Amino acid sequence: MTVFILCFLMFLVGIHGVLTRRNLIKVVISLTVMEFSIFLMLALIGYISGGEAPILGRDMVFGQPVVDPLPQAMVLTAIVIALATNAMLLTIAIRLYKKYGTFDIRRINELKG
Amino acid sequence: MLSVIIGFMIIAAIVAIHAKDLLSAIIAQGFVGYGLVICFLMLKAPDLAIVQIVVETITLIIMVAVVLDSSRKELEVSFDRRQAGTIAASFLFIMVLLLYFNRAISGLNHFGGHSLRMSEAYVTGAASQTGALNLVTGVLWDFRGYDTLGEATVLFTAAIGVITIIRLVGKK
Amino acid sequence: MSVIVKKIAQLMSGLIFVYGIYIITHGHLTPGGGFAGGALVAGAFILLILANGSEYIKLKRQEEGSSVVESAAVLMALVLATAGLVAGSLVFFNNYLPEGIPGQLISAGTIPLYNIFIGTEVAAALITIFLALVIYKEEISK
Repeated sequence: MTVFILCFLMFLVGIHGVLTRRNLIKVVISLTVMEFSIFLMLALIGYISGGEAPILGRDMVFGQPVVDPLPQAMVLTAIVIALATNAMLLTIAIRLYKKYGTFDIRRINELKG
Repeated sequence: MLSVIIGFMIIAAIVAIHAKDLLSAIIAQGFVGYGLVICFLMLKAPDLAIVQIVVETITLIIMVAVVLDSSRKELEVSFDRRQAGTIAASFLFIMVLLLYFNRAISGLNHFGGHSLRMSEAYVTGAASQTGALNLVTGVLWDFRGYDTLGEATVLFTAAIGVITIIRLVGKK
Repeated sequence: MSVIVKKIAQLMSGLIFVYGIYIITHGHLTPGGGFAGGALVAGAFILLILANGSEYIKLKRQEEGSSVVESAAVLMALVLATAGLVAGSLVFFNNYLPEGIPGQLISAGTIPLYNIFIGTEVAAALITIFLALVIYKEEISK
């Protein structure tokens, strides 16, 4: 169970970064750390100790109990969606820099237009 | 062994959000990503390891390009009352979340004791019903095809959105 | 970049491209599939562009080629999914091609076809995002 608590600690580090950092790129990095902790949590839940990877051999029988394939399919979808989200966030960040000249969210809030 | 690697990832994440130079923060985030690849390999998930390693490399390349095109340094945090209030609120939030998380995971089985209650039909029926030897691909394209179609749509929308936002002329 | 980097990048990108296509087409037999293989193929092209500099591809200033490939691949995947409505039982997204012997390359119904189309789409989408954010950064003024 300590693995679950360590994984949640990484999520909390990410939330602390999103709430307290003033630089836009730091916010994007903290959001990515939060997403990684969710992927790790899903893969940890589906693990069976002593199990093997969910690929069958030619003889189509499982010698040992197999790891759950359903959370792995969900994490595969989530990784690609996280890549799409990161690309959009970085695009908006670079457009904000080109218009306001800074990445600081407080000065962007004061400049405004 | 898994706890040691997750511990290294937590230390790298703390370095990434406190670094003074943006390029150091991006390298520390790469550390977290590649540590996740090792965790996936230890949790017997080779599909996820392949996807995570290439996606992480491409994300790092794009981030470095964005940072080098603009400014590299983080402006120094003037520790005024507003910043102190934000940090205090964040710690309070973290304490409340930890309390509820302890209560939430008492209902889970212990680590490694998953019960395969929902995937029983997928594991025993995948090879005979779909004909695929790779169970994750069979689940992804045959039993759960709609989720994969939605994911392809999200990636397509992101590519179109990036072209639209970055090449359109704003008003001066 | 220097001559050594350019020559090694040319050799390595060919190997990475072939490996990516192998991972895409054997998606139902070994770990991999459409998304992993597509990202690898995009990685081969990105390596070539990064090693040769941005004057290598600045012939036209728009990402037309990769956008067209990406749209066509997603359209073909949707056509394949809708064809299950007319052939076989009337269910959208059905696996209607014959199953074959598990373990051979041509087996498992429509899964290899889906993997190829989605692999092409993911590769083209990643190349489009990379070109828009890293190489072509100017705004198009009409």
